[in-house]
Amino acid sequence: MASQQQLSAIKGAKVLMVGAGGIGCELLKTLALSGFQDIHIIDMDTIEVSNLNRQFLFRKSHVGLSKAKVARDAVLRFRPNVSITSYHANVKNQEFNVDFFKQFSVVLNGLDNLDARRHVNRLCLAADVPLVESGTTGFLGQVTVHVKGKTECYECQPKPAPKTYPVCTITSTPSKFVHCIVWAKDLLFAKLFGDKNQENDLNVRSSDPASSSDHAEDIFELNKDETIEHYGRRVFDHVFGYNIEVALSNEDTWKNRNKPRPIYSRDILPDEPTKQNGNADKNCATDGQSLISAMASLGMKNPQEIWSLMENSRIFIEAIKLFFTKREKDVGNLAFDKDDQLAVEFVTAAANIRAESFGIPMHSLFESKGIAGNIVHAVATTNAIIAGLIVIEAIKVLQNDANNYRMTYCLEHPSRKMLLMPVEPFEPNKSCYVCSETPLSLEINTHSAKLRDLVEKIVKAKLGMNFPLIMHGAALLYEVGDDLDEDMVANYNANLEKVLSELPSPVVSGTILSVEDLQQELSCNINVKHRDEFDEEKEPDGMVLSGWQETSLEKGDSSKTLGNGESTSKTLPSTKDADKNDDTDIVVSGRKRKLDEASSAVDISSEANSSKKPEVLDDDDDDLVMLDDGDSAINKKKRLQ
Amino acid sequence: MDGEELTEQETQLYDRQIRVWGADAQRRLSKAHVLVCGMKGAVAEFCKNIVLAGIGSLTLVDNRLVTEEALSANFLIPPDEGVFGGKTVAELCCDSLKDFNPMVRVSVIKGEPSSFNEEFLKTFDVIVVSCCSLAEKKSVNEKCRKLPKRTSFYTVDCRDSCGEIFVDLQDYKYAKKKLDDTVECQLSYPSFEESISVRWKAHPRKVSKLFYALRVIERFEEAERRNPGETSISDLPGVLKLKKEMCESQSVNEAHIPNALLERLVTNPTEFPPVCAVIGGILGQEVIKAISGKGDPLKNFFYFDAVDGKGIIEDISSQP
Repeated sequence: MASQQQLSAIKGAKVLMVGAGGIGCELLKTLALSGFQDIHIIDMDTIEVSNLNRQFLFRKSHVGLSKAKVARDAVLRFRPNVSITSYHANVKNQEFNVDFFKQFSVVLNGLDNLDARRHVNRLCLAADVPLVESGTTGFLGQVTVHVKGKTECYECQPKPAPKTYPVCTITSTPSKFVHCIVWAKDLLFAKLFGDKNQENDLNVRSSDPASSSDHAEDIFELNKDETIEHYGRRVFDHVFGYNIEVALSNEDTWKNRNKPRPIYSRDILPDEPTKQNGNADKNCATDGQSLISAMASLGMKNPQEIWSLMENSRIFIEAIKLFFTKREKDVGNLAFDKDDQLAVEFVTAAANIRAESFGIPMHSLFESKGIAGNIVHAVATTNAIIAGLIVIEAIKVLQNDANNYRMTYCLEHPSRKMLLMPVEPFEPNKSCYVCSETPLSLEINTHSAKLRDLVEKIVKAKLGMNFPLIMHGAALLYEVGDDLDEDMVANYNANLEKVLSELPSPVVSGTILSVEDLQQELSCNINVKHRDEFDEEKEPDGMVLSGWQETSLEKGDSSKTLGNGESTSKTLPSTKDADKNDDTDIVVSGRKRKLDEASSAVDISSEANSSKKPEVLDDDDDDLVMLDDGDSAINKKKRLQ
Repeated sequence: MDGEELTEQETQLYDRQIRVWGADAQRRLSKAHVLVCGMKGAVAEFCKNIVLAGIGSLTLVDNRLVTEEALSANFLIPPDEGVFGGKTVAELCCDSLKDFNPMVRVSVIKGEPSSFNEEFLKTFDVIVVSCCSLAEKKSVNEKCRKLPKRTSFYTVDCRDSCGEIFVDLQDYKYAKKKLDDTVECQLSYPSFEESISVRWKAHPRKVSKLFYALRVIERFEEAERRNPGETSISDLPGVLKLKKEMCESQSVNEAHIPNALLERLVTNPTEFPPVCAVIGGILGQEVIKAISGKGDPLKNFFYFDAVDGKGIIEDISSQP
C-alpha cells in the first residue's frame, strides 16, 4: 500500500503515457489501480490478433480499433472515476508540442521504436518534464529514469542501429538464412511485385554487368503470350539456376567458399502444371487478402513445418500465380508486409530455395516470418513486471526523490541472486548533442555533396529531426514547416539541389552550421570539414558525422563478409523499422550497461576485474556487479528470432 | 514432441510468445490445469498472465464476498455494486478472466484449502495458494507431495511494498539451453515446512530480511488466530516481542530483523498494485517454466521490495 505522501503525489499528478501496446495496457491498469486520477494516453496503432496474447485490455472484437481508445474504455470499466484522455495519433504530430508536454508531471514511455523514443526524449528535455522509459523483449526488460540535469537523457548513450548487410553478401555470397530472407524480400519480392522503377540490385552479381542487365530487363516481365505457370518457372530458373551458374563462373569468389548449386524447376517439379487439390476456388469467395494463400491452395497447414525443396518450389510458383490472378491490382506497388500471408509464403519459399542452393539450412514459415518481419517476441509477464517498475519509479519522480531513482533490469537468469536488478542512474553525458551543447563534426565533400544529401542522410536519418531548420550564420539555408511562403519553399527546394560550396551562403571547410528542430526544440551546431574521398563500403553515406555514434547489432559481421572484390558498394537495410506492433526495439541501452547474459548467469563477484563497474545498490555488501561491455543481451534477441 | 499440432487459431493468437518459448511449450501449457486459492491483487495479476499465456484450465477458490479491501488491487472485479449480487470474489474474477481468453476454461470451486482432498488435488498440475494461514500452507503443500504425480506448489503474498513467492517443485527435471545445446537438469526442492524449519544459523549468508520478517508475522497471525493480513499498528509490540523470542530460540542477533521493516509490514498489510504486478509477473513466468519444463526455475523463495527495488531469489533448503 502507498504511504500518505505517495498517495497525495499520485492524486495530484497528471501523467502522459506514450504507447498503449504490451507495456501500455499493463501500465494503464497499474496506474489506475495505484490511484492515479488524470492519465493521458497516445497511440497511433490499431489492434491486431497477435496483440491479444498479452495486451489484455483488448478482445478479438476490437481488432482494427484504436488501441488508446479501447484501452481507455477497458480500464474505465473497473476504475470508472479515473480521468483518462486518449489520442489515436502519432506522438510525432505537431499538436503534441512542447506546450502540450509541459502540462504533465511525468511522461511514461511504452514504445516500440527508436525514432519515437528519441522524439519523446527531446520533447521531455525541452519541456523539462521527467521521463520514465521502458522496453521488453521476451523475458528481458528494463526501466530507466531520465530527469533533465540529474540523470542521463535517453540519447546520452549510443543506440544500436538497425542491422545492415553488404550488398555482395546478399546478392552473391549468402552464408546465413537471414541473408536469403533479405534477398527474397528486398530484392526478389520487390522486383516481381514492387515498384518496377525502383533501383534493385538483384542482378549485380555478374562479372559482366552489361550482358546481365540486358538479359534481366525482360526476364521479370510477364509476356503476353505465356501462362503464369510458365512465367513463374522462367523466373525460378533465372534466379535459382541461371544466376547461380553466372555467379559460379566468377571462380575467385569460390576459392574459400562452398560453391552454390544451381536449381532448375524441371529437376524439382514435374513438367505439367502443379497439381492443385481443388481448394484454390474457395479463395475467390472473399476479397480479404489474408485468405489468399498458396499454402491453403496446396493443402498445407502447419506453419511450423520445414518444407521440402519440392514443397518450397510449389509454393513459389503457386504464390506467383496467386499474385497475378487474385491480386493483380497489387502487383507493381507491393511492399513486403509481415501480415500479408501470401507475401510471407513467397518470401519463405524463395529464401528456402536459395538457402538450399547455398547449403544453408531451410526454415519454417513461422521462423521466416519472424526474421523477415523483424518480429519482436513478447510475453505478458515481462510487460506486467516492467509496468509495475515504471509506476514505482514514476511515484519517486513525483515526490522528487532523486536519490532513490533507479534503472532496473529484468533478467532471464539471476545475477547475484537478483532477477530484478536496480542500478543507480548515470549522470548526463557531457558530450551528448541532445541534452548538452556539444557541437558535432561532419566530414563531407563540400564540392560534390548536395544540401539534400545533408538533410536526408544526417539531419533526418542520424539526428532524427522532423521539422529541421538549417542556418549558416544568419542565412537560412533550409526549413520545413506548414506556414512557409511559396517563394520561400521554392527557394529552399532550389537550395536542396545545390552543392554545399555553391549555396547562396557557401558551406565549406570550417563552416559552422546550426541545425534546429522547432517542434522538438532541439538545436545543435555542426562543424563542417571538407574531405575528398570516402570508403564506399565503410562510409556508404559519403559523409561521416562524429560526436554522434551508433553501434551495430552484430559487430564485425559486415567487415567479415566484405572485401572479396565484388562490385557493389551500398549496404542494404535489412529491415525498415522495428515491428510496430510490439513493445520494444532495444532492451538494454547504453554500451556500458549492457548485461552480459553469460556473466549474469554465473557468480559475478569472481569477475570483478572488469573495467566498467557501475555500483550496484546493496546496503550491506560491497561487491560490485560487473556490467559487461558485450552485447549478448542483444545477441540473445537475435538468437531467439 | 507429442505430435499434436497447435491449431491455426492458436498459432495466430500466441505467435509472439511461441517465438519466446516454442510450440512444444505452448502445447504443454494448453494441457495444464492450475488451481489458485485466495484472489487478491497479486493472484489476480498471476491469473491474467497465465490465462493470456493459454493454459488449459484455471480453477479459482475464494469464498469471500466483495469488500472494499478485496477491490483495492484487483482489476478483475468491476466496482459496480449492482453487479455483485451475492457473488463471491472468485465468481466475479472468473467472469473477467473468461473474457481474457476464450480458449482457457476458467471455473470456480467453493471450499477451503484445508478441506481439499487428494482426489480433488490430483486433477491439477499446479497449485497456488495466497492469503492462507501457516497451517493451511503446510497442509496443502504436504498433500501435494503425496499425490501420485508430481504437482507444483506455490505460495504468494504481498503486503505493503513487499512480496514473497515460495516454490516447491519436488524432484524436478527440466531442459536448459547451454550455448547451442539443450541439457537436462535436475533440482530437488524441500517442502514449505522443511524450508522454514532450517535453522536460521544454517542459512546461507545474507538472506533477505524479508524472509525472517514474514516468518515472524506468519507466526504472530497464527498465534493470535488472525486471518492472514489482519494486523495493524497496535499489534507492533506483540510482533516485536515474538521477534525477540524467535531470534533467541534461533540464536541469531535481534538486529537480524529490523524493527522498521516489521512496522511497515504490520501497519500496512494491504497490497500495493505495482508490487502485485511485479510479483504476479514473476509467478506467472515461473509457473510457465514449470509447466513447459524449459528454463531454470527459481528455487525456492523470491522477494521483492519496492523500497530498494531488488527482486531476489533465496535458496533455503535443508543442509546436506
